[in-house]
Formats: sequence, structure tokens, C-alpha cells
Amino acid sequence: MGKLAIGCFSSLVGSMSLDFAIKLSEAAIKKGHQVDIWLSGNATMLSKKGQRKFQDYSSLEAKTKDLISQGLNVTACEACAESRGYHKEDTLEGFNRKSMDYYLASCFNSDRVIHIGGE
Amino acid sequence: MATIKKLLFLVDKPPYKSENSRLALTHAIASQTVEIHLEDEDNVEPVLAFVGDGVLNCIKGQKALDAYGITSLEAHIKNALLLDLKVIFCKEDLDKFGLTEDNVIMDAEDIGGDMIANILPFADILGEMEAADHILHF
Repeated sequence: MGKLAIGCFSSLVGSMSLDFAIKLSEAAIKKGHQVDIWLSGNATMLSKKGQRKFQDYSSLEAKTKDLISQGLNVTACEACAESRGYHKEDTLEGFNRKSMDYYLASCFNSDRVIHIGGE
Repeated sequence: MATIKKLLFLVDKPPYKSENSRLALTHAIASQTVEIHLEDEDNVEPVLAFVGDGVLNCIKGQKALDAYGITSLEAHIKNALLLDLKVIFCKEDLDKFGLTEDNVIMDAEDIGGDMIANILPFADILGEMEAADHILHF
């Protein structure tokens, strides 16, 4: 089985790109692949605590946590998060925060790299 | 045995309208410290390629610091050259915008860099894409 690195750049609310990234991860995990999601730029908001679920907006916390329990690795860019006033203590349980070089190392060790989104 | 993997950072978004090109540059520059996460002697070889509207990132004389108080994309491109990253601009796309070597950031001599940017036809950029282990599209 292979390893897939997925770089995400779109916000949780405002586009469906993160929804697609999570669906793609779910499909890959079901097939037995390892998946590393990197949240950069506005995508870091996926990993922030305290978001209230509304039916009109994407809410991926429960789904992502479920996939993390199945082996999905999700890491937010530390600098992107800090610049948005979202600090380490605001990070959802099971999510990581690292620097950009960590993501490049994940790409190095991946069979495929896909970037999804951007504003 | 050491493994070097080529990562191509492909930028086709214009500057300042979104964060994409800035993220491409900051990720590319982060390649300088990636080895701390890898096995001994493994590393990445970064290449930064600007195509389509992305070539607008490369225009000289950006005033983002004066206008908005943020680092310009010009400063980031110069930092990439200072760190000896290979930087490529698509010739056809520069032509499309009426840009020449005189209008774009070809070097970082003013901050002590030796590396020169390359203006290449798209066919050569396609060759870089084919030679890359991974393409990181911003």
C-alpha cells in the first residue's frame, strides 16, 4: 500500500475543497493507504477547537476525528495558524502542528502528493 | 545510500490576490531545513517555476512592505535565489504580459546572492515537471 500526502489550502467555510480532501482521504484509507493531510493557509481552521456546527456550513471535526482514529495523520502549519490568532492550546485533540519543512519531509516519504484548493 | 528527491513548486496564481504564491515561496524556502526530518544524507532538491499568471509574482520593484507592511513576493524570490534555489519563469507567459528580463527579478545580487533566475520556454518547464518526483501546485 502507498502513502499519499495531501496539501490543503482552502478555508473550512467558504469552499468545499476541504470536504473533498477528507472524502478522498477516507477513500484512500479504506483501500489501505496511509494518508498525511497538511493544512496550510486558511485550511488550518479545520484543526481549530470550538467550532459550532451549522447546517449551512461545512463541519468536518467529527468525520476527521473518526478518520484520525483509523490512522489518518492531520497536521496544521504552525506559522499559518499563529498568524490567524489560533494557538497551540486551540488545536483539536489528535491534530498536530508543525513547521513547513515537516510537510516537505512528508512529501519526500510519499508515493503521491496532491494539492487541493487555494483561494 | 542517500536519496535526493526533486520537488517542483509550480506557481500559476498572481501575487497578493490570494496567499497561494506566498505559500509556494515559504514552502520552497522551507526545503532548506527539511533534512532535520529525514534520514542521514537524504534531502530534497527544490525547483520554483512560475507559469501563467504566476509570472506576475516576479515583477521587480514591489512595494508591499511600504503599502501593506508585509514582506513582498520580490523579497521572497530574492531569498530563494540567495539560498541557491533554482527559479524559473515561463518565457511565453512573460511575453504574454509584455515582460522581459529587464522587468523581472533575475538575481539577488543586492543581498549577496549568486544564483540567477532562468527564463525558459514552457517545453523546458514541462521537462522539469517530468523530472520531478513530486509537483506541488500552488
